[in-house]
Amino acid sequence: MKIKKNVAISESGFIFNPTSGDSFSTNPIGLEIIRMLKDEKSKDEIRKYILSKYMTDDSTFEKDYYDFVMMLQTNQVAEEIE
Amino acid sequence: MEKIRYERPVIKKLNTGVMNKYGTRTEYAPVTNIDGAKVKDLIGEFGSPLFVMSEQTIRKTYKDAVRAFTTRYPKVQFAWSYKTHYNNAICSVFHQEGSWSEVVSGFEYNKALLNGVPGNKIIFNGPDKTDEDLILAINNESMIHIDHLDELYRIIELTDELKKRPKVAIRVNMDTGVYPMWDRFGFNYESGQAWDAINKIILTDKMDLIGLHTHIGTFMLTPSAYALAATKLSDLAFHIKSKFGKNITYIDMGGGFASRNTLKGSYLMGADTVPTFDDYAEAICSALLNSEYSKEDLPLLILESGRSLVDEAGFLLGTVLANKRLSDGRKATIMDFGVNILFTSFWYEHKISPAQEFSHYTEDSVIYGPLCMNIDVIRENITLPPMKKGDNVVVHTVGAYNMTQWMQFIAMRPNIVMIDMDGKPHLIRKKETLEYMNSLEITPEYLKSFKL
Repeated sequence: MKIKKNVAISESGFIFNPTSGDSFSTNPIGLEIIRMLKDEKSKDEIRKYILSKYMTDDSTFEKDYYDFVMMLQTNQVAEEIE
Repeated sequence: MEKIRYERPVIKKLNTGVMNKYGTRTEYAPVTNIDGAKVKDLIGEFGSPLFVMSEQTIRKTYKDAVRAFTTRYPKVQFAWSYKTHYNNAICSVFHQEGSWSEVVSGFEYNKALLNGVPGNKIIFNGPDKTDEDLILAINNESMIHIDHLDELYRIIELTDELKKRPKVAIRVNMDTGVYPMWDRFGFNYESGQAWDAINKIILTDKMDLIGLHTHIGTFMLTPSAYALAATKLSDLAFHIKSKFGKNITYIDMGGGFASRNTLKGSYLMGADTVPTFDDYAEAICSALLNSEYSKEDLPLLILESGRSLVDEAGFLLGTVLANKRLSDGRKATIMDFGVNILFTSFWYEHKISPAQEFSHYTEDSVIYGPLCMNIDVIRENITLPPMKKGDNVVVHTVGAYNMTQWMQFIAMRPNIVMIDMDGKPHLIRKKETLEYMNSLEITPEYLKSFKL
């Protein structure tokens, strides 16, 4: 999974996809995940980071992570690595 | 390093266009307590889902309604509509405030008696009154509101048997300019049916016609319809006096005042659009005062409001069971309460608030109940903060009809608590149990054994 190269991400969580013209907002944790994906971090690295920073557990992270990346793909912000 | 509160990651597409001039809805402010009682504590003690009634709100709303009418008209009496919420504790709050009872079945009638309401302070409405009910009501000198000719003729027969003169009113339906016109209850005004019934009652001389009653509709958003109805009933009463020399001692305008709920399809929130008690009172009282009555003969004005008096006092506390993503990308949240106990979600956009602090990020969701039924939808579209399994919510304005129309379907009905004037919760109805449900069923002996 990687964030499309031309997607612009602001400090405040505003996301712009110039290909589709769509813009999005995300919450701080969503912004962190998007940034890590942009830096090509693996899912395991992202999990470790989230679990160390937030009061959550492995299964909650996993459920929410899959849902979130699915929405990134649905909104054409991210794409599978070929 | 101390960990920070977790919130599910969300991404929300921003739609550009003309901004709504009313701004965005802010119904996701957290509601962590009701009248000082913490939501978490209530759920911890009484379980989830849980209906919570606010005694403080009931009494305040009742006083507001009484003030609106008594400051405009000299003789006013409220009669608590049992069908709206016939839990004994709730009824008792209204009776303590001075409200009579308005009932529509033998079951409700007996409930009122057991609650300590004197028979002559019970108004008996409805199309279904058995002989047993009528005899009880006649003996107790209750106000019997006759719904149809079959009932009228049966009461005439019963007066011969009982040698008593019942106190009766007739229910009158009429065109007040609203659609749909409620014409299934009582006798029609415009077609002359009401006069036929009045003539029959007075000329047979077996009962005392002491009142006229109407109930023009429900969730009425137009106070002027009440003004028209009050004018028509006043004219009828005045002409009864002119023709027969009989004084009609009360005019009962029924109920139907809207609560602050939002009807499905409404553009604006109910709280911003529904008339106030003052609006209704101004319409009704002005019509009565402007009628042909002399000051001395003004009839008692009876009001049978239910929904508008109790809806806002009711809350439903619930818990998130799961989150899922629908095929079209919408977020769906499954709650532990469904349409079986929140019947009014079929016609209201109930306000739902999270019961814990959240960030300001929101997402559009569908709220489903826990029933294995496609119709179990609480809100088709609502903007809420991201919620996770186990989070609690508060559904607002659920005090009317839900705790009488609720169904024992798939799951059992939950506890009801009332928060008293000091913020202390009292259990006022126990949740149902499997043992209780099974105690009502009888399995024939020959069905009790089987091999699988």
